[in-house]
Amino acid sequence: MAKPQNVNDSEWNAEVLMADTPVLVDFWAPWCGPCRMVAPIVDELATEYDGQVKFVKLNTDDNVETASKYGIRSIPTIMVFKGGEAVDQVIGFRPKSELKKSLEKALA
Amino acid sequence: MVDTREYDVIILGGGPAGLAAGVYAARGRHRTLLIEKGVVGGQIALTELVENYPGIASINGFDLAQAMQEQAASYGMKTEYLEVKSIEQTGDLWTVHTNDGDFNGKAVILTTGAEYNKLGIPGEEKLTGKGVSYCATCDAAFFKEQEAVVVGGGDAALDEGIFTTRYVSKATVVHRRDELRASAILQERAFANAKIAFRWNSIITEILGDEQVRAVTVKDVVTGEESEMPISAVFIFIGQHPNTDFLGDLVPKDAGGHVIVDDWMRTPKPGLFAAGDIRQNSARQVATSVGDGVTAAIGADHYIREAFPDYEPLAQTPTESAEPATAN
Repeated sequence: MAKPQNVNDSEWNAEVLMADTPVLVDFWAPWCGPCRMVAPIVDELATEYDGQVKFVKLNTDDNVETASKYGIRSIPTIMVFKGGEAVDQVIGFRPKSELKKSLEKALA
Repeated sequence: MVDTREYDVIILGGGPAGLAAGVYAARGRHRTLLIEKGVVGGQIALTELVENYPGIASINGFDLAQAMQEQAASYGMKTEYLEVKSIEQTGDLWTVHTNDGDFNGKAVILTTGAEYNKLGIPGEEKLTGKGVSYCATCDAAFFKEQEAVVVGGGDAALDEGIFTTRYVSKATVVHRRDELRASAILQERAFANAKIAFRWNSIITEILGDEQVRAVTVKDVVTGEESEMPISAVFIFIGQHPNTDFLGDLVPKDAGGHVIVDDWMRTPKPGLFAAGDIRQNSARQVATSVGDGVTAAIGADHYIREAFPDYEPLAQTPTESAEPATAN
């Protein structure tokens, strides 16, 4: 079963921007209630899209540089990257169906 | 697996009222489904601390909600994360139409709660998540050592405003009147907080910024004067409205859109109950919503036994649901 991988500021370029596949990034922090609701959904998607999409999590408390570079001002924020570019962004807790739409768009 | 779309009690909305109804309905061995469109816990999921739930001195809102859900799930309540489009009476049953098909229930308990009001001013929608926030506990940490405004004068505004001062260098509470309606204890805490300032008799007329919030336009409602206040974040807490639009005119509502119910949380439609923030004259507290939900679940139990004389509840608590439900 595929699990999202934790990344930090220093791994960001290699793990996200240089990735061969689209990457879903879950910006989260331990104190954020809605983030805890998103987590199991992201886990499920990671299994469903295993091999097609890479799933990573970035703790915004520990990785302020990346979070501020992408203007994260609200969590959870889910961003989808493709070829080093942010192609989609979903702010706040959204149902799984909406996150799937975001991924399908990136895979199309 | 049996048809998972037939239930005895269907609860719409997973806030305290719905979760409490779920505990009672599931413990009563009714086949119970909770449908939630977003986060279980409703408004309290976004609350840092609940400090007025009797018997619990202080608890994180999300943790309280999760404990309620786990309790209900341990008695067999299922949770589906779907959006309800409408409901209708079909023969003896209620049909709930969702974005992923229909569910049938003998009784339906409406606990869809309330949603925060928006200011409805220029810049608000565009900058939501970019400095405009309706949840300080979610977002305040992104504004370390920056200045913020907090809009509102009730408990939520002060509670969340006080929370922001863990991070922001200054929070200015902008309130349209010259006194607060928040409870005395929160007022005392806010007035004693050196990082909190007040702008009385003032409203915000515009939120400025391109990629991020950079300022707000503040209007003094007495003098009519407008001025720009440079800030990085706007936290908005100006009350709420019940989520009852999807009901259309199925049941009577008051002018504010709240569903009118009797002492058993019954609407005039047999088998249809409403509890918590969506009902008329709710005190809008976690504890009262829990009470409402329990009352509605007991009302639903009575209703099902009367309306379906051959009905038999489950012989035992279903064990496959003993684990807390996760998002599907």
